[in-house]
Amino acid sequence: MTHSPTTTAVSDPRAVRGVDAWLVIALVAVVAVCVRAIWFTPVDAMLGAAQKIFYVHVPAAIAGLYIACPLMAISSLGYLWIKDERLDRLAESSAEVGLLFMGMVLVTGPIWARTSWGTWWVWEARITATVFLWLMVLGYLVLRGAVETPESRARLSAVMGALAVILVPFVHLTVRLFRGMHPGPVVLKPEAPSLPPEMLTTFLWSNLAFLLLFFVLLRMRYRWSGLRNAVVAMETA
Amino acid sequence: MSADDRHRDRALDPATHHVTPHATHHAPSFVRDALRIARKDLLIEFRTRSAFLAATVFAVLAVAIFRFTWDPTAIPAMDLAPGVLWVIFTFSGLLGLNRSFALELAERAYDGLLASQVSREAIFTGKVLANLVFVAAIQTLALPAVVLFFDLPVGGAWGLLIGIVLLAALGLSAVGTLFAAVAANTRLAELLLPMMTLPFFVPLVIPAAQASAVVLRGLPLSAAMDWFKLLLAFDLMFVFASIVVFPFTIEE
Repeated sequence: MTHSPTTTAVSDPRAVRGVDAWLVIALVAVVAVCVRAIWFTPVDAMLGAAQKIFYVHVPAAIAGLYIACPLMAISSLGYLWIKDERLDRLAESSAEVGLLFMGMVLVTGPIWARTSWGTWWVWEARITATVFLWLMVLGYLVLRGAVETPESRARLSAVMGALAVILVPFVHLTVRLFRGMHPGPVVLKPEAPSLPPEMLTTFLWSNLAFLLLFFVLLRMRYRWSGLRNAVVAMETA
Repeated sequence: MSADDRHRDRALDPATHHVTPHATHHAPSFVRDALRIARKDLLIEFRTRSAFLAATVFAVLAVAIFRFTWDPTAIPAMDLAPGVLWVIFTFSGLLGLNRSFALELAERAYDGLLASQVSREAIFTGKVLANLVFVAAIQTLALPAVVLFFDLPVGGAWGLLIGIVLLAALGLSAVGTLFAAVAANTRLAELLLPMMTLPFFVPLVIPAAQASAVVLRGLPLSAAMDWFKLLLAFDLMFVFASIVVFPFTIEE
């Protein structure tokens, strides 16, 4: 198939450099946003200091669930179609970086829930869908690790990624209905427009910072996979 | 009967080496091929019976364990039984699915199957049908076991309950067979199959368990309508999607 070594990735010296300048910028931005959120943003009157976790939780959810997952699924579908090795690497990279961000969502969520709801975990629709999606992406990455040859790894994992495109709306609908029949506590996420201006500014900056971090990590992971494939191609040649 | 048909018969039928006359000559070759693949798989299973016995023993043991870890004074049987039913169906179904492609990969028989004139879609459909029969057979034994051990008042709801079970078994077999084909190419096949399939079974097991609960409680059928629709939609979408993507699991 079209699994030629990616010579562009090797000949590009920037790809080989250890520390990415963009990563430094993104990390500084994330730290700056955290400092701003903790010390320079007012404490929410109703939710207390725990509300500040949303400046990490929501941006991580946007990056992990609404960008990484669709990216993984669509590039898998694209790979099955045109068999371009770069699409496989994009699917792999977004799955791995997405898993990290979804993990952040699943860790910060219970911490907030413990202080606000008095319980670590609630089987609410959005949480339930997130945890199943996280498990699905984890299974996808385990599958990738269990296939030897790059070509069949790309092909088999793309089959799973493509099926995930259909799975996501189903999981969403199922757990929504499931909770619909058994009403429980409802997640009350602060709506952006109803936030005071200072909080809104912090919220928007944190979204930007986390999105930057996400795309920088995605770019690094994508380039790394290119180098790895090139090494494999050289070794087998 | 054409030369093609005779070739198909030899390639697919381990039972008979002589050519048997077929009444289904007018049926489209897709359906005919799929049925032959299913027949072949079931015949192998019927002759060895190893996977079926293992899955049945597992199902009955699981029912017994659930029964003895359950405190009837704390949780009503009706609250627990639908969940137990579907946990057992899901896991005993997985036991059979693993074997679906492993059998043919062992002696490189799979290459022969692919080299025959049967289309990949027909091979897949046949495998799904065989697995559907396998899963349904286990459920035929597990369902009365759960009803008996948990003393469920099924009454006149048997038909509906079996309908739900079959509807879910179809989706389970289609997705499970596809992932069995994927997992067969990996190093960790037995371990990997549940990891890949269980998140996909979520939109199948939740509606099935909910619909069974509605039926067992004797509530009006309209209360389970949303779940039925979801099961049907899952079956339609995933059976179709699995047939479409199955050829990609095969090495060119």
